[in-house]
Amino acid sequence: MSDVKNILLVGVGGQGTILVSKILSNGLVNAGYDVKMSEIHGMAQRGGSVSTQVRYGKKVYSPIIGKGQADILVSFETMEALRWLEYLEPNGKVVVNNYQIPSAPILMGKQDYPEGVLELIKAKADTTVIRAAEIAEKLGNAKAMNVVLLGALVKAMKISYIDWEEVIKSSVKASAVGVNLLAFKAGMNVE
Amino acid sequence: MKKLLTGNEAVAQGAYEAGVTYAAAYPGTPSTEILETIAEYKQDIIAEWAPNEKVAMESAIGASIAGARALAAMKMVGVNVAADPLFSFAYAGVNGGMVLVTADDPSLHSSQNEQDNRQYAKFAKIAMIEPSDSQESKDMIKAAMEISEKFNTPILFRMTTRVCHSKSLVEIGERKEDSKKPYVRNLSQYDLVPAVSKRLRAELEKRLCKLSAFADETDLNYFEWNDAKIGIISSGVAYQYAKEVFGDKVSYLKLGFTYPLPAKKIKEFASRVEKLYVIEELEPYLEDQIKQMGITCIGKEKIPNMYELNPDIIAKALLDEENPLIQYDRSLVANRPPVLCAGCPHRGFFYELSKKKNVVMAGDIGCYALGGADPLNAKDLCICMGSAPSIGHGAQKIFNKFDENLRVVATIGDSTFFHTGINSIMNIAYNHSKTITVILDNRITGMTGHQDHPGTGFTLQGMPAKALPIEDVVRALGINYVRTVNPLKLAEIREALDWALALDEPSVIITRWPCVLKKQSPQDKEEFGDYWATCEIDTEECIGCKMCINTGCPALRFNREHEKAAIDPVQCVGCEVCLQVCPVNAIAKVGE
Repeated sequence: MSDVKNILLVGVGGQGTILVSKILSNGLVNAGYDVKMSEIHGMAQRGGSVSTQVRYGKKVYSPIIGKGQADILVSFETMEALRWLEYLEPNGKVVVNNYQIPSAPILMGKQDYPEGVLELIKAKADTTVIRAAEIAEKLGNAKAMNVVLLGALVKAMKISYIDWEEVIKSSVKASAVGVNLLAFKAGMNVE
Repeated sequence: MKKLLTGNEAVAQGAYEAGVTYAAAYPGTPSTEILETIAEYKQDIIAEWAPNEKVAMESAIGASIAGARALAAMKMVGVNVAADPLFSFAYAGVNGGMVLVTADDPSLHSSQNEQDNRQYAKFAKIAMIEPSDSQESKDMIKAAMEISEKFNTPILFRMTTRVCHSKSLVEIGERKEDSKKPYVRNLSQYDLVPAVSKRLRAELEKRLCKLSAFADETDLNYFEWNDAKIGIISSGVAYQYAKEVFGDKVSYLKLGFTYPLPAKKIKEFASRVEKLYVIEELEPYLEDQIKQMGITCIGKEKIPNMYELNPDIIAKALLDEENPLIQYDRSLVANRPPVLCAGCPHRGFFYELSKKKNVVMAGDIGCYALGGADPLNAKDLCICMGSAPSIGHGAQKIFNKFDENLRVVATIGDSTFFHTGINSIMNIAYNHSKTITVILDNRITGMTGHQDHPGTGFTLQGMPAKALPIEDVVRALGINYVRTVNPLKLAEIREALDWALALDEPSVIITRWPCVLKKQSPQDKEEFGDYWATCEIDTEECIGCKMCINTGCPALRFNREHEKAAIDPVQCVGCEVCLQVCPVNAIAKVGE
């Protein structure tokens, strides 16, 4: 189905990838698209590698895509972008958070956090690097890092005709609406 | 109104709309959210966590016999536990409609095995329905209730991880009221003594004949005619993958009602297409039966019979098509395995247990399965839910008989203890093995996302409940040596393990401390107090020995450059396990 677009969101358990996928999916549904969203998770309640796929278009059949099929890969953690890079369509786009979360083998000193990840990804694909944690922290809440990334994703998707602010308002806690709206705008404005 | 729902949420919505008034389950991925969502309909549906799947199934059977539309939900291995009542209830048949949801887990995302539960419908001789997305999950639950009542059969409703956990659009409808049927005493249907069952056995075959005819009539099984060069027979999410790959270029026979199969429709379809593919996930369930009809088709010789299917696998297998991929050195990426959380109360126990010599550690199903990983390595085996004490019992008997100097320590969670661990511990006491059982009581069902159970003091729908004291239950089972310890106090654990290992009798150690992610109840607050804090490392004192790192806490990290350990203050909850293992007292609570 050529009109179907595939977004792959990846990160580490606890980073808020699922919330972003929900906001994204709700916005796309409001715009009249058929949408399927799939959470790919195993035993990781916390700390493991997690991913979500969102597919949208006129008619979507499969809830999941395979390798080489994501139009956009959004990675909430730097190394995770590399883990999932083979899912990117070779002409696809990467939005990657410049934010490292060491995994258990790295914490224990058994493996090293890989060096030069961002350079490697840039060499392989059209890439936007974003310091979402710093941006969110400046806005007053480091947790809003995920919505900064949503802003950057929406910009990359070129679907600004959806009223994302309304979707965000209805998707997050009332007390968090303000910071999340700012976070979204900040993400949209990153070059 | 259309809503984006997971298949599990759609099943709950379907149950609501179908007029279901009783639902029960034991939590298990990927089925858990079905009951959690049904529980929200407090006015209309009684929703309960049962201690295990057999109890859930039997409770739903009781509700059905009493005249209500009833549902039981479980993951695929749970159906093994519930198989006993299932097979007999197939004979009795329903009063109110009864649906058993089996959530299968192709690719074993969070399971011990990969079983295709479609075989259960054939084995138990009951009708089966298979949805392929969320809208079908909702619609087919409603259809299932009608079919169940019309044909007097329990329905096996077979979902898979990808149907359960994917979201797609669902049209929301109204609830059917007046679904309750009168209860009628009927010994010749519900009293399964041999004379009754013998007669019902023949009835069962007659019912299957009627269901076969129905399979050919129902619009749950339908043709999609396009070009007839290729024809595809498919069911469940595999149908969606097939549509993704072949679109409208080929013809389909989409099967939603998959036991018994629609023989006439299958024969007609096969006779009208040039080449027939059977596309199904896991076992050749459809394929075998289609071949038995004398029909030639291509299935498992091309499409693998293990792990999850996806469009790529189908495209590669049947069209020899492959996507170009970005090439890079994947070995650069470090592993990111799941770990016990920072402050997990199981960590302290496993840390001490892993230091004991000549111990065989029998594990069970829960978060604490992660205690088997590096650096704790505190597990030697794990088979299925509730099995640790009984497997431990059998092993201990043999070690003793052959004078092998090995002692079995079986570890089991609180929810798992109530599931089937009680029976296993009863067996240890009754049959005299000196197996040591450790009940890792974190006051909640941790792994599936915090469901209540008979030990927690609350029901699924939030009613206060009698919180069963595990210690009392264990003593009542016949265990004379029982101790409860705080698993964050390593000395207490050491002492309890030494005490148990020195006994020539079976014993139970209960480690009692709440899951670090658990929302504290008033009772928790009273018992455990306000335990949140943070620890820090004095880098002047730290000698870089890695003792703290070896506890496997994700809040601890080792800086290779400076050869010092550090604590991530965001993750640390101040459990103090690292503090107790530090040989130079370099770790302290912040502010102390």
